[in-house]
Amino acid sequence: MTHITLTIDSVTYADDVEPRLLLVHYLRDVAGKTGTPIGCDTTNCGACTVLMDGVSVKSCSVFAVQADGSEITTIQGLADGELHPLQQAFHEEHALQCGYCTPGMIMAAADLLRENPQPTDEEIREGLEGNLCRCTGYQNIVRAVKRASSARTQAPAQTGAQA
Amino acid sequence: MTTVAQESAAGAEVGKARARKEDARLITGQTNWTDNIVLPGMLHMAFLRSPAAHARITRVNTSAARAMPGVVAAFSGADFAAEQGSLPCAWPVTEDIVIPNHPPMAVEEVRYAGEAVACVIARDRYTAADALEAIEIDYDPLPPVLDMRSAIAEDSPKVHASAPSNRAYEWSFSNGDLDAAFRDAPVVIERNYVQQRLIPSALEPRAVVCAPNGDEFTLWSATQIPHILRLMLAVVTGIPEHNLRVIAPDVGGGFGSKLQVTAEEVLTLLAAKRLGRPVKWTESRSEGNLAVHHGRDQLQRVRVAADRDGRLRGLSVDLLADMGAYLMLVTPGVPLLGAFMFNGIYKMDAYSFRCTGVFTTKTPTDAYRGAGRPEATFAIERIMDELASELGVDPIELRKRNWIKHEEFPYTTIAGLTYDSGNYEAATAKACNLLGYDQLRKEQEQRRARGDAVQLGIGVSTYTEMCGLAPSRLLGQLLYAAGGWEHASVRMLPSGKVEVVTGSSAHGQGHETAWSQIVADALGVPFEDVRVLHGDTQVAPKGMDTYGSRSLVVGGMAVLSACTKVVAKAKVIASKLLEAPPEEVEFGGGVFRARGSEGAGKTIQDVAFATFAAHDLPDGVEPSLDADATVDPETFSFPHGTHLCAADVDTETGQVKIRSYVAVDDVGRVVNPLIVEGQVHGGIAQGVAQALYEEAAYDADGNLLTTTMADYLLPSAADMPTLVTDRTETPATTNPLGVKGVGEAGTIASTPAVVNAIVDALRPMGVRDVPMPCTPERVWQAIQGRADGVRAANAATGAEEAAR
Repeated sequence: MTHITLTIDSVTYADDVEPRLLLVHYLRDVAGKTGTPIGCDTTNCGACTVLMDGVSVKSCSVFAVQADGSEITTIQGLADGELHPLQQAFHEEHALQCGYCTPGMIMAAADLLRENPQPTDEEIREGLEGNLCRCTGYQNIVRAVKRASSARTQAPAQTGAQA
Repeated sequence: MTTVAQESAAGAEVGKARARKEDARLITGQTNWTDNIVLPGMLHMAFLRSPAAHARITRVNTSAARAMPGVVAAFSGADFAAEQGSLPCAWPVTEDIVIPNHPPMAVEEVRYAGEAVACVIARDRYTAADALEAIEIDYDPLPPVLDMRSAIAEDSPKVHASAPSNRAYEWSFSNGDLDAAFRDAPVVIERNYVQQRLIPSALEPRAVVCAPNGDEFTLWSATQIPHILRLMLAVVTGIPEHNLRVIAPDVGGGFGSKLQVTAEEVLTLLAAKRLGRPVKWTESRSEGNLAVHHGRDQLQRVRVAADRDGRLRGLSVDLLADMGAYLMLVTPGVPLLGAFMFNGIYKMDAYSFRCTGVFTTKTPTDAYRGAGRPEATFAIERIMDELASELGVDPIELRKRNWIKHEEFPYTTIAGLTYDSGNYEAATAKACNLLGYDQLRKEQEQRRARGDAVQLGIGVSTYTEMCGLAPSRLLGQLLYAAGGWEHASVRMLPSGKVEVVTGSSAHGQGHETAWSQIVADALGVPFEDVRVLHGDTQVAPKGMDTYGSRSLVVGGMAVLSACTKVVAKAKVIASKLLEAPPEEVEFGGGVFRARGSEGAGKTIQDVAFATFAAHDLPDGVEPSLDADATVDPETFSFPHGTHLCAADVDTETGQVKIRSYVAVDDVGRVVNPLIVEGQVHGGIAQGVAQALYEEAAYDADGNLLTTTMADYLLPSAADMPTLVTDRTETPATTNPLGVKGVGEAGTIASTPAVVNAIVDALRPMGVRDVPMPCTPERVWQAIQGRADGVRAANAATGAEEAAR
């Protein structure tokens, strides 16, 4: 067992874990953060994507011990009093159906917008390539990310210049 | 009096693009997936699965696994043999069908790689997985049976030694004089098409939790069918139905794959019963690719006879359908759902259909989005393009010469179905306009003339489908064991809020939103005041669940019907409150008024409270407005549409790029355009995936090669084009809202549109087919085949065998 201390959605957790324990299993089974689901076992689907120190990772491809000392943000910690612009946009653009990919898709999109605040449709499609959705055909996900990107750029400047 | 249906036709909610109620929990991670469930004392189950496609089990020893720390129990198939029963097949399509015994855990023999052979139940999932490795098991190999054509040969090894052969059944249908249609026909075209095997791949893997409570059991499962599952678990295990409660909590997609009664559900239940503690099993994706039922897998021989002007005379279809190793819930019936659809939207004199269900040592097949209808639509839409090419006619022009004209509805087809409504002309005209069909044909001509390396192809698919499963009487005629009705209850709460209970258990479709819209209009209450309950047999005790694009056209009509009854009951009480005779009371916009009166009247909420108080009800009237309705559809639903795909095909590399894709669907009246568009997008993505990307591949020993998402290629956002979608609206005449099903339409329509585009691009090079999925290599191979593209293409999959 290895002792780890980490922050998940602004709450500190300290636990003894097996070195082989996956971060996603730590989140779900130890910390009770079940908002992050598991869709595969080969790191292809991206459903378990979270932010680790602000950068998106597939939490099935990280051991819990590797997250020692880090700050994890999951879908459950994204809203700050009100919905995050991506959450709002996914709702308004009908960018989810069953919703199983949604936590990972939104977290991956958050990282995409951090790196590229105003992506083109093509850049969004390429940027979310590591996250699979079986319901939507992706079109409304692209729209939602686009909508969230303009919401983000509009809000601070209050110019309304970005359509 | 205004009827509820008319009322809702004028209502504000139906037709509105409401963002979904469901989203609130899904976008914030508050979702209740089965794998999230944690119960006191809960144990975790893991399965050992057969590594062989076909083998006799000679020894199983679980004692070492059982002795490991944290392991509570380990069982083999023999340990369950006395009580595990046989997994059900509810659709014995013929009197003499062979339905082999299907033990949830294999006892003596395994018949596909991935079949469960033993299990461990431990304190946590890691311990359970570790202990699987300590189970000792020996096999004597038996010959795998993999190719359908060889499987039905006299000398083939058998999948089931006790069965007479590998033929599960033969089912046929014919209408009209086929011989006359083909005799002296100026044009006859014959093609063999391969519907490759697909893995449905709902993003949520399956999961089951079972909690025992004395002789009662609560079972949570990631299932599409909590009601059917409850009944079937009772039948299989002998646990009385009233002692079982099944809950489908939030379910992460199904696409048919969770329309099943699975080995793992039965075994989790039996383990919980035996151990007296809650037991959870959660599937890994690699396990799921092996053990969740697969879809499609048909070899199709299609022949069409036509006059020189392109008029269709007859159509003959001969199928081999791969059942896999066992017949599961509706395995044999899937091809039958296509049997009535091969004629598509076309008129003809004669039609014959024959299907042989074949056992192989592969994962069982069953329903996958569209279930039978994508296969049928692919065949007819592909061969219509071939016929057009043969005749030198534009493929749309050929379709026009044969399709049912809008003024000819209702029209009874050669397959015996009566299509109630449709307007193929309107949908096609709109689609052509959106694509710029004529301009693209000109561009194609120029690029062909220039001999460009990248050629343009335009694919056409003018589809219809039968959905809204299904009229119970018809299901009975097809020997399906159950009915096709749906149930709903509407409960008026004292505060005027409304609870709607639906038997149609959603898993991503948006019923909570759509049903709220229907109820808001029918009762004249705010959209926000409606709560939809589903998916728990204790909360929603009656239902036939969700599949076959049935929810709205059957389940939604049950909701509407229950609302009608609520209004009728409320009217009697309102008449007392209004001091007017019932026949003088009118209802509209949620308010009861005496005819001709201008006053405030009584709102339905007023009546709900008055009913709750029950102080002043008419004599003999019960103090309740609540109503149930069970609706059996009078017929199927027939959505239709025209999908057009323009693809750039690189003749040097075989690379296909969809340049534009237009879908004009007619799903009748639309309750929520946002949801409809989402269904169309997602449906098209799965159809495109069949055309270009996906295939469950086996090696020569019967090992599945595509056990992971690294090997089985689901399209990502980068692989999908931006779709142009639009609608025409020809209301259904067979239900009061005029709605049609939409869940499967996109998948049914899109696959032939894409393949037709690829073949269209390559036709000048002699290519007449490319087997799916049309990977760059296969496209390139087809090009190399040149004048004999069909042979080259078929050689790539061994599909030549299909000709028999």
